[in-house]
Amino acid sequence: MSQAAAAVETGIHAEHHEDLNFLHKYILPLDHKIIAMQYIFTGMIMAIIGGYFAYAFRMQLAFPGELVPGYGLVGPGEYNMLVTNHGTIMIFWVAMPVLIAGFGNYLIPLMIGCDDMVFPRINRLSYQIFLVSALVLILSFFVKGGGFGGAWTAYPPLSSVAEYNLTDWGSSLWVLAVALEFISFLLGGINFVTTAMNARAPGMKMMDIPIAVWFIVIAVILFMASVGPLIAGAVMLFMDQRIGTTFFLPSGGGDPLLWEHLFWFFGHPEVYVVLLPTLGIVADIITVFSRKKLFGYKTVLYTAFATGGLSFVVWAHHQFIAGIDPRMANIFVVTTVLISIPLAEMMFSYIATLYGGSIELKTPMLWALSFLAAFLIGGVTGIYLGASALDVYFHDSYFVLAHFHYTFFPITIIGMFAALTFWFPKMFGRMMNETLGKIHFWGTFIPFNCIFLPLFFLGLAGQHRRIYNYQHFPDLATQELQNIRIFATVSLVVMLLFQLVFVYNFFVSMFKGEKAPDNPWRANTLEWSTSSPPPHGNFKKLPTVYRGAYEYSTPGREEDFWPQNVAPE
Amino acid sequence: MSMHGPIATHRSATGVPTGRLGTWWLLASEIFIFGGLIACFILFKLNGTPGFEDASLTSVTAGAVNTFVLLTSSLSIVLAHAAIEKGDQNKSFTYIWYTIGAGLVFLGIKTYEYTGKILHGHTITENLFWSFYYTMTGLHALHVIGGMVIMALISFDIRKGYNYQRVELIGIYWHFVDLIWIFLFPLLYIANF
Ligand code: HEM
Ligand SMILES: [Cu+2]
Repeated sequence: MSQAAAAVETGIHAEHHEDLNFLHKYILPLDHKIIAMQYIFTGMIMAIIGGYFAYAFRMQLAFPGELVPGYGLVGPGEYNMLVTNHGTIMIFWVAMPVLIAGFGNYLIPLMIGCDDMVFPRINRLSYQIFLVSALVLILSFFVKGGGFGGAWTAYPPLSSVAEYNLTDWGSSLWVLAVALEFISFLLGGINFVTTAMNARAPGMKMMDIPIAVWFIVIAVILFMASVGPLIAGAVMLFMDQRIGTTFFLPSGGGDPLLWEHLFWFFGHPEVYVVLLPTLGIVADIITVFSRKKLFGYKTVLYTAFATGGLSFVVWAHHQFIAGIDPRMANIFVVTTVLISIPLAEMMFSYIATLYGGSIELKTPMLWALSFLAAFLIGGVTGIYLGASALDVYFHDSYFVLAHFHYTFFPITIIGMFAALTFWFPKMFGRMMNETLGKIHFWGTFIPFNCIFLPLFFLGLAGQHRRIYNYQHFPDLATQELQNIRIFATVSLVVMLLFQLVFVYNFFVSMFKGEKAPDNPWRANTLEWSTSSPPPHGNFKKLPTVYRGAYEYSTPGREEDFWPQNVAPE
Repeated sequence: MSMHGPIATHRSATGVPTGRLGTWWLLASEIFIFGGLIACFILFKLNGTPGFEDASLTSVTAGAVNTFVLLTSSLSIVLAHAAIEKGDQNKSFTYIWYTIGAGLVFLGIKTYEYTGKILHGHTITENLFWSFYYTMTGLHALHVIGGMVIMALISFDIRKGYNYQRVELIGIYWHFVDLIWIFLFPLLYIANF
């Protein structure tokens, strides 16, 4: 950067430090860090709702027909509503806002060394639309007929005809909420990509960008390219519901399969949209806590491109039994198996990064490692489901359910805890308690496996999804199977109780924790070069970048890390 | 132009101005929305869905006039951009308002078409063709209206002497709205494949 431009930068900087009143700082903020917190906290509140729903319907499955403490009776329609909104909330109102919007907002400007997003007002607007979408969804639970219960996939005609779904406005508000959420993330996404492209610190080349930023950006682009047709689809579905068009109704010449295509053309890439941010966060954490360079930075990046590209041509593996042409199914089997290759390669890169490192098992590292282990189970079981011959049996069974929870739970919940525990010192300027952190980790990870491993076996035994009481099915009503259900539910209750440890640790550390130094983990990326928490404007002096993000244990250097902004001697 | 706001908003690591880059990404995401809608339409049409022969009922003349109007308005927004590049606020202001005027003509003709069709019983629920017709042209018309509102705001800004670069951005957007129409016109008015 030229001298003049640098002078201008400091000039504007001074002006940027005005004191803001409470309203403008916390309610209508433009600062990306505050907007990030808004997203993260909103997402965490929604996670409590989504988890509460899971508690209610799991209790019903374990103790059918009995009053659920803290909820009440779960009837059949209510069960469907709980499952549907549990899934919808966890994906659209937890995974997306926390991982992409929340940490994307927090990390992108800090990690690329600038003071904010390039469109701060659009950033604020996107959060506001997101908040409205969440409120519309919550409102939908309370309208006449109750919340939508036609599954998060919302297949018509069930979702489009009020006589079938019995939730006239519940289903429409559900569609509206989801569509608003999409718009909010499109706006946010434009901001993220443009910021990462244009606002990088002087000296930061493409290959110096931390993987976390890269992956969030790739995720956003995947989202943009996949969600468009579904936005059109959501408009069509809404019109089918409200003004009587028949886009998806065979009786009027429409086609319900079209919705399935639109939904899964989005739905599969969406898995990678939420997966990539967590993979990026994990990459940054494991390099820091094994004090090693990321094994194959470029390979990791290219495998993400390959995964992203392939994710657009696998969608019909969700429709093997929906009546699609079997020849077409074959093609999708092949693409589905293909996509596991780049992902497996990425996993190997991560494992190779750990190999021979001086591993330090701090709480964030435990989360990151457990992510790799759990996601591996999710990925491997996915290969079975990708084979259409097997999927004909497995489809819509608890095997599928256990499979995708072994991907989504690590992505969303483990990923969120990994990121929160790792960046907590930066965000709040204090350290979290390690012992409590570890107790919470084991209290979450062990029960998580106790919940979902047994579900694979229920699926193999033929247990179907989305059924509120298995006592009505003689083959599934056996005491043996019921014991498994009870075990899974009890594990869930245990896991939920352990979350109190986190809540306690989180809030007590936020106010009373030990003061955090600027760079407690001795990490290289730029966010650690400023104070904890960073000031308004992020850096006292905007950094210049001299190297990539992963120079750990560089031979010939005394220190085992080499921050990106430290000028070479 | 005064420098205010975060430094991030003034950087340009790619060399492309941030506003233009953001506009391109916005339009990229719009392409997928309209693309999805158009793809659905074409698939139904190729499947021989009953009702699609009604494409012959739309007025090619009205559609053609509207195509002409929109193309002309694209020219006037280019002229507005050229004028502001030279710093001529008033000329740019005038051309922007020509463009807005053309948008109004476009919407007028559309309203006339809608009214005629609805009076003949071709409502949005008559069959899938009409459902698509109203959805696609309606979504497009919303983009026209949005563009006009933003143009009006920009026209007053530049008269006060700031945000000159936004004339270019709204121009890019307006070309996009034009381009969508170029796809809709043959599909909804001409094609009978
Ligand atoms: C907190 C622990 C969780 C438990 C105990 C749990 C349990 C369940 C169960 C048992 C079902 C199926 C119910 C049925 O089909 O009858 C379900 C559905 C689902 N869950 Fe979870 N889940 C949890 C967390 C998550 C997370 C973190 C995500 C995603 C980010 C998620 C996404 C979904 C989705 C998409 C469905 C399908 C909903 C539908 O069928 O429409 N869940 N969950
Ligand atoms: Cu899939």
